[in-house]
Amino acid sequence: MKNYDMPIFAALIALLLVAPLAVYPVFLMKVLCFALFALAFNLLVGYVGLLSFGHAMFFGFSAYISAYTVKSWGWNPEFGILAGTAVAALLGLVAGAIAIRRQGIYFAMVTLALAQMVFFFCLQAPFTGGEDGIQGVPRRALFGILDIRSDMNFYYVVLAIFAAGFLIIYRTIHSPFGQVLKAIRENEPRAISLGYKVDQYKLLAFVLSAGLTGLAGSTKAIVFQLASLTDVTWQMSGEAVLMTLVGGMGTVFGPMVGAAIIITMQNYLAGFGEYVLVIQGVIFVITVLLFRRGVVGEIAALGARLARPREETVTSPATATH
Amino acid sequence: MRWKAAALSALTAFAAPAALAQMSDGVIKIGVMNDQSGTYADLSGQGSVWAARKAIDDYCKSNKCEKIEVVFADHQNKPDIGSNIVRQWYDVDKVDVVVDVPTSSVALAVNNITKEKNKAFLVSGAAASDLTGKACSPNTVHWTYDTWALANGTGNAVVKTGGDTWFFLTADYAFGHALERDTAAVVEKSGGKVVGRVRHPFPGQDFSSFLLQAQQSKAKILGLANAGSDTTNSIKQAAEFGIVQGGQKLAGLLVFITDVHALGLQTAQGLILTEAWYWDQTDANRAFSAEFEKANKGNKPTMVQAGVYSAVTHYLKAVHELKSDADGAAVVAKMKATPTEDALFGKGEIRADGRKIHPMYLFEVKSPKDSKGKWDYYTLRATIPAADAFRPIDQGECPLVKK
Repeated sequence: MKNYDMPIFAALIALLLVAPLAVYPVFLMKVLCFALFALAFNLLVGYVGLLSFGHAMFFGFSAYISAYTVKSWGWNPEFGILAGTAVAALLGLVAGAIAIRRQGIYFAMVTLALAQMVFFFCLQAPFTGGEDGIQGVPRRALFGILDIRSDMNFYYVVLAIFAAGFLIIYRTIHSPFGQVLKAIRENEPRAISLGYKVDQYKLLAFVLSAGLTGLAGSTKAIVFQLASLTDVTWQMSGEAVLMTLVGGMGTVFGPMVGAAIIITMQNYLAGFGEYVLVIQGVIFVITVLLFRRGVVGEIAALGARLARPREETVTSPATATH
Repeated sequence: MRWKAAALSALTAFAAPAALAQMSDGVIKIGVMNDQSGTYADLSGQGSVWAARKAIDDYCKSNKCEKIEVVFADHQNKPDIGSNIVRQWYDVDKVDVVVDVPTSSVALAVNNITKEKNKAFLVSGAAASDLTGKACSPNTVHWTYDTWALANGTGNAVVKTGGDTWFFLTADYAFGHALERDTAAVVEKSGGKVVGRVRHPFPGQDFSSFLLQAQQSKAKILGLANAGSDTTNSIKQAAEFGIVQGGQKLAGLLVFITDVHALGLQTAQGLILTEAWYWDQTDANRAFSAEFEKANKGNKPTMVQAGVYSAVTHYLKAVHELKSDADGAAVVAKMKATPTEDALFGKGEIRADGRKIHPMYLFEVKSPKDSKGKWDYYTLRATIPAADAFRPIDQGECPLVKK
């Protein structure tokens, strides 16, 4: 089957390049940050089959690191974002080393427990500012030259970060390494019997996912100029699951579609007041009941159904001559 | 990498400097942002939106008004959602002033954005005393209450009315610690004594062992340095342990009338708390509350909702005197220069640090047999005069205050 991923991605980027002319850039930046978060999460759940319920620890903690280094130590935003990413990857190494020893619900519970520990650390540690969070993080010039105080300028920086993150994930999925991950997802004992050191593969995928989540979290801290407890709560881990399921688990574009849907609901339905959560719940239930594969998953399946008969007619004469 | 080149060219095309000062567009647009679905939905929520609309109606009865619009949103207690909405309100929807905003992390974020965009921010729902302290801003007025006022009101007035030994039940995180520290300082300054303290995990479910320690301490007052569901849970469990019947009293440091309503008088009776406003205090309050009740599912207004009414009224006065709402800092400066007066909060003033000054009241929750009817919950125990109710202006470390 022909691979349309790259043309779709190019079209998406082209759309995103002109999007801020029509849509509010801060909102778009938020969508991009969450899309990257969901993509990183999907790398683990969609391609290794590990459902982490603790990704908020990487997302939220990296936001604190990037906000703190930029605000209190006066670092440039690029170093703040890198520091957040590095710390998240390191945290991912520790959390991953513990969590990958178990599968399924136990894996989810271990990650949740570790995330709760990080939450309590953030709640208690003096540098996070407790309930108030770290506020008023300055947007200093990027690399010392590019003024990112204007939302328009910063939007293109965030878009570049998002595109880089997407390409890293895309490359990972389609590399030999990614093939091994998928093999582990499908049948772990067989992967072991083929001689793969499954734990090392899983750990590396976990660290990669944690690091990219950290990239999303630390960028978000600079976008909103704040880091708060919201991003480390278990509900935030739940939102990553929700976005991925709504968009389509294990699909390349699903998580970002899911992120766009959920974030749009949170922002544009805010005027409905108390009904936001109800609407969100109803949409989730509908998705789970009717589009089990998520929005993108269903579209892909539909495309495959339409394409199959034609492929068969093309291939059958070839097999006949054989 | 064609898209990269495209990104760069697009970058240079759109990287025009952000538009400078916006002229007011002939409409005063008021944005009420609060929690409409979570913990604070009852004490702020749609009731605050109603209060803002009511303030406009009342003001425009006796004054000639241009077009005034009210928009509202639910920040879901998340600072990033709140921050996103407020930026969009200011940049795209031309909102001139944001009102209410409970949850301190969201309020502090809005405080920063409002200053950056030079709009106005009238806080009623948030408690953080930093809003007129380290984080004070020339664009912000903190209207109804703050943690310092609650700690001071409850701490000081309770000691003066005989509650001189205290035991603290404190939520174990920065907010709880600060509340305990501030209140303990007030208690000791007023001649009381803190005989013990215990910290409970946040959020807490089971308070039994902490409550037993409190009971054994024989302290006259059990101070609840926590908030939200921690407070209501500890009050419920204290009722089960018969702490109030045993002669000890509970002092809530962050309790609202909606919490009392939810707990019921049987459970909440004897609780001591500080509020800035109570619906059954004056004829004007009762009249306002009667109308509020009709429009809001039979609930009475909270001090937060009354504060929204009062703040919006004063804002409209200042804008009319200036004949412009374009410059947020100028409007707030005008608000500070003009003494406040309205039906609900009476006469008052706004200090240089943005703190609105009025008396605070110490209430005790009635027992079911003393209550004459629905929402008849409080007995007044003491009035804290305006001059003593809030943190002295020189102690807040607000950079706007000249020493």
